[in-house]
Amino acid sequence: MTTRKVNIVKSADWITILLYLMLIFMGWFNIYAAVYNDEYNSIFDTTQRYGAQLLWIGLAIIIAFILFIVDNKAYHFFAYIIYGIVVFILVGVLFFGKEVNGARAWFELGPIGLQPAEFGKFATSLAIARFLSSFNLKIHKLENIVIILLVILTPAFLIILQNDTGSALVYLAFVFVLFREGLTPWVLIIGVVVLLLFFASLLLEPLTVLISLYVFTIILFRLNNNKALREILIATSVIFALSGVIWLVVYFFKLPINFYFSVVIAIFLAGVYFLFYAYKKNLKVVLLLIAFFAGSLIFSFSVNYVFDHVLQDHQQKRINVLLNRDVDVKSAGYNVHQSKIAIGSGGFYGKGYLKGTQTKFNFVPEQSTDFIFCTVGEEWGFLGSVTVVLLFVFLILRIIYMAERQRSVFGRVYGYSVASILFVHFAVNIGMTIGLAPVIGIPLPFFSYGGSSLWAFTILLFIFVRLDASRMELF
Amino acid sequence: MKNKFESRQYVIGGIIIFIAIAFIIQLFLLQVVDTAYKVSADNNVFRYVTEYPGRGLIMDRNGKLLVYNEVAYDLEVVPNFMRSFDTLELCSILDISKEKLVEGVQKAKQYSAYKPSVVVKQISSKKYAILQETLYKFPGFAVRTRTLRKYPEPIAAHVLGYVGEVNDKIIKSDKYYKSGDYIGISGIERSYEKEVRGRKGVKIYLVDVHNSIKGSYKDGTFDTASIVGANITTTLDAELQSYGEKLMQNKIGSIVALEPSTGEILALITSPSYNSNLLVGQERTKNYMMLQDDKLKPLFNRALMARYPPGSTFKLVNALVGLQEGIITTNSAFSCNGGYHVGSFTVGCHHGGSIDFLHSIQGSCNSYYCNVFQRILDDKKYGKVSVAYNNWRRHLASFGIGRKLEIDLSSELSSFVPTSEYYDKIYGKDKWKSLWIISMAIGQGELGVTPIHMANLTATIANRGYYVIPHIIKSIEGKKSIDPKYLEKHYTTIDRKYFDPVVDGMELVITSGTATRARLPGVAICGKTGTAENPHGTDHSIFVAFAPKNNPKIAIAVYIENGGFGSTWAAPIASLMIEKYLNDTISRPLMEEGMVNANLINEKKQ
Repeated sequence: MTTRKVNIVKSADWITILLYLMLIFMGWFNIYAAVYNDEYNSIFDTTQRYGAQLLWIGLAIIIAFILFIVDNKAYHFFAYIIYGIVVFILVGVLFFGKEVNGARAWFELGPIGLQPAEFGKFATSLAIARFLSSFNLKIHKLENIVIILLVILTPAFLIILQNDTGSALVYLAFVFVLFREGLTPWVLIIGVVVLLLFFASLLLEPLTVLISLYVFTIILFRLNNNKALREILIATSVIFALSGVIWLVVYFFKLPINFYFSVVIAIFLAGVYFLFYAYKKNLKVVLLLIAFFAGSLIFSFSVNYVFDHVLQDHQQKRINVLLNRDVDVKSAGYNVHQSKIAIGSGGFYGKGYLKGTQTKFNFVPEQSTDFIFCTVGEEWGFLGSVTVVLLFVFLILRIIYMAERQRSVFGRVYGYSVASILFVHFAVNIGMTIGLAPVIGIPLPFFSYGGSSLWAFTILLFIFVRLDASRMELF
Repeated sequence: MKNKFESRQYVIGGIIIFIAIAFIIQLFLLQVVDTAYKVSADNNVFRYVTEYPGRGLIMDRNGKLLVYNEVAYDLEVVPNFMRSFDTLELCSILDISKEKLVEGVQKAKQYSAYKPSVVVKQISSKKYAILQETLYKFPGFAVRTRTLRKYPEPIAAHVLGYVGEVNDKIIKSDKYYKSGDYIGISGIERSYEKEVRGRKGVKIYLVDVHNSIKGSYKDGTFDTASIVGANITTTLDAELQSYGEKLMQNKIGSIVALEPSTGEILALITSPSYNSNLLVGQERTKNYMMLQDDKLKPLFNRALMARYPPGSTFKLVNALVGLQEGIITTNSAFSCNGGYHVGSFTVGCHHGGSIDFLHSIQGSCNSYYCNVFQRILDDKKYGKVSVAYNNWRRHLASFGIGRKLEIDLSSELSSFVPTSEYYDKIYGKDKWKSLWIISMAIGQGELGVTPIHMANLTATIANRGYYVIPHIIKSIEGKKSIDPKYLEKHYTTIDRKYFDPVVDGMELVITSGTATRARLPGVAICGKTGTAENPHGTDHSIFVAFAPKNNPKIAIAVYIENGGFGSTWAAPIASLMIEKYLNDTISRPLMEEGMVNANLINEKKQ
C-alpha cells in the first residue's frame, strides 16, 4: 500500500466541522435557556450548567484538535487496543462506578463525572471497522458473525448491566453498518416487521392482526408469482369455509372457543394442507411464506405475554405512554405530556429566546439533558425545530456521503458507524420529545448538557473527519 | 473503493429522510395545527388570583352604620396542583371530617382542574393562623381572604337582606360570577347588588412547576384592580325602625312609615323578624333551615308581601272616588239604622239616624259607604255595572293599588283588586250586581292590600293627591342622583279639592272619633282605623295615619294580625311611632309599656 502526502487542513471536510460547531453552540444557547434564572447571570459561572457546558465545549474543541493532528493510520492500528481498554473500563465501572438514578454508570474524577458508556460507541465503531476491513472478509460466515456479534454485544451487555438499557439500545445502530457491508436485508425487514407486529399486537384486536397478516402474506406471494390468483382465491375461500364450519360446530356444541380461535384453527388446518401441497410441488416460496405467516402469528400471540411478563413496569409504562394507552399525565406520562406542551405551545415562530414559560419555570424534567429539544420547540417554534431536524439530517447524510468516498473499507465502515449512531440518537431523542418514540433516556448529540456525551460524540465524529481528510493518501 | 452493495446507501439515506419527514409532519401537527398545547402551557403557568373587594357599607338616613364587613378566610384548591398530602393533618387543623374534605375536593375537580374552587368556607382567624404556617405541606391549596357582612344592631333584617353564594344558574347567566362568589339574595343587597358589590380584580401571576409564584405577568399590564363597593345611604331612620321593632315584639304584623313628600321609607317593619347575623358565617345554612321551619315565618316579608283586607281604612278611597265622581258632596248624608239594609240583606253598623260626610269618616259608618259604593257602581252615566266598576278600579290604580308600585325592594307583591272579568267569570258576563260585591265598600271581600301600599295610600292623602314611589335608597356613593323614577310625583285621578274634607274627617277620627287613643297633644294627627275580618281568627287591627295635618312629615300604616279593633293596638302603636319620629321622646310611657309588653302571639296560639 503506497501513500502520498496531502494537506489535511485543506482536505478536511469543513462542512462537517461547520455543522458540528453550529450544533454545539445552538445546543449551548438552549441549555442556557433551559437552566436560566435571574439569580445567576454570568455565563462563565461553572456552578450553573451553561457555565459548565461552556467549559466542556472548550475541552471538546481541544480534543477535536488533538484527534486531528494524530496520524490517521493510528486509528486503524490502535482500534482493537482502544476497544479493549474501553471494555475494560466498562467492566470497571460495574465495580467502582458511582450510582446515579439507579444506574451504576459513572466514574467520578474530582468534580467531573465521566460516563464510560458514551465512549463505548466510538471504540466499538473502530473495532467493527477494523474487523470488517479484514482482507476478503465474508460477512455471512458463521465465525465472522459470531465475532461481529461479540464485538457489538459485549459493550452493549456491559451497559445493560449498568442498568442503562437506553444507551445499550444504541448498539442496534450497527445493523445499518452491517447492512451496508452486505448483511442480508432480511435482518432489516424482519426487524421492521417485528417492530410493526409488536405495536400492532398491542394496539389492535387479534382478529384484525390476523387478517392483516393474511393479506400481507398474500401480497408477498402475489409479488413473487403473479399467476397465482386462482390459488389465492381457492385458499382464501377454503379458509373461509373451514372457519364457518368450525364456528358452527363450536356454536352447536357450545364449546368454550371464540370466533377468533375458530379462524385460527381453520387457518392452521388449511396451512397443514398447503404445506403438504407446496412440499409436493416443491414451491419453496410458499413454504417460506407459510413459515413467515406462522412465525408472525406466534410472535403476535407472545407479544402480549412478553409485554405483561417480561418487560419491567417502567418499560411497560413508557410503551403505554407512546401508544396513548391509559396514560396518567401526572406520573408516567408526565414528561412526554409536558414536553409536547412545551413544543406544541411554541407555535410557528416560537415564544422567543428565554421567553418559554414551560422552559423557564421547569415544567419539563431533564430539560437541559434528554429533553433539550423542548427548549428549541418552545422558544424557536416550528421554524427552529425544523432547522435543527434539517441540520441533523444534513450532517448525517453528509457523513454517509463522506463514508462512500472513502478509499478504505475501514474508513467507510467507520463513517457508517458514525452516521448510524448519530441517527439512532437523533431519531430516538427527538422522537421521544414529540411523542413518536418511547421515553428512552439518551442524549441529543452535541445539544444535550453533559461533558461525557459531548466529548464522546466529538471523538466519534472527529476521528472520521481525520480519516476523511487523509482519504486521498490511499491509492 | 467501490463494492456491489454501494446502492444500499440510498436505502439507508431513505430511512433517514423518512424519519426526518415524519418528525417534521409531527412538529407541524403539534406546533402549527393543534392549538390545545398553547392553552395547556398557559394553564400551567398562569395563575389568576382574584381580589375580592369589600361590599359597600349600608347606612341609615342619618349616617348611622347598619351593615359593615368583617374579614373571613376561605380555603381553596386547584386540583391539578394537588399532590398527595396528609389529609388527617389538614382535617385536624380545620376541625372538619375527612368526608367533608374529600367531598369538597371532588366538587372542585368537577368544576375545573385548573381554576381554584373553595373547599372550606369561612375559616376562623385562629385556625387560619395555624393553617398559614403549614400550608406549604398541602400543595394546590391556598387561602383567599373574603369579607363577610356584619350587623352592629340586628334591625331591619328584611330591608337589608342577606348575601349568599351564587348558584349554578347565576354562574351560567352572568359571566361576572364564578363558583364560590357572593351575591345579594334579598333586600337592598339584592336591589343594589351591582353598586354594592364593587368590582373584582384579577392579578395574573406566573408560577413554576412547584406552583410557586415567580412574578406578575408582563409587569401587571393585564391585571385589573378591584374596586370597593359603593357605600349606600338608605332612607331608613334606624331609631324609628328599632323602636318600631320593639313595639312589634311578640306581635305578628307590619309597620310601614313613609315621608309623604319624598316617598322615602322611614321604617319598614315586619314582625316576627330575625337577626341578620344568623345568615352569615358557617352556621348560615343551619340557621336558614331553622328560620324556614319556624311556624311564625320570620323570613316572610309581611310589609311587602302580605295581602290583608284593608277594612274600614278603605272607606277613605271610596269617599274620594264618590266625591270625584259626583256621587256625593261634602253635604251628602245617608241614614243609618244600625246598618245597610236591602231587603233581607244587611251590612251591620252601629249608628242611628242621618250621618253626614265628616261623621261618616269620624265614626266609620258602614251604611254610608255601602250607599256610596252602590251608587258608584250603579251610576247611570256608565250604563253597566262592570264599566262603573272598572272606572272605580282605575281610580284605585292611580293610588298604586291593584298593581305593583315598583319600589326598590324586589319582593314587593301587587295588591289585589279583582277585575270585572273576575266577577264575569264567577257570576257570568254582566250578570253581577253592585249589591253582590258591596263588602268592598268597607274594605272587605276579595280585596288584599299590602301594608306598603296602604302606607302609600296614606301618604297620597297626606300630599293631597300625589305620591312618590316609596323607596329605600337615599344616595349611592359616587352617584349624583338616585334613579329619577323615585323623584317623580304621581298624581291621582282625584282632584286636590276633594282631599281636604277627607283629611278633616281623618282629623276628627283622632280628636273625637274611633281612634281617640292615638291622640297626641300638640300634634295634629289624621288617621283612620280599620278592623279587617279574616277567616283565620280574630280580626286584624289596622290603622293608617299621617302627621302633622299641615305639611305632613310622616305617613304610617300599622297592621297587627289578630289584634282585634284597629283602635286597640294599631292606633296607639302608630301614634307612638309618630311621636318618636316627630318629637324624638315619648310622653306616654304607660302606653308605650303596654304596647311593648303585649303578647298577641300566644293569643293566636290559643
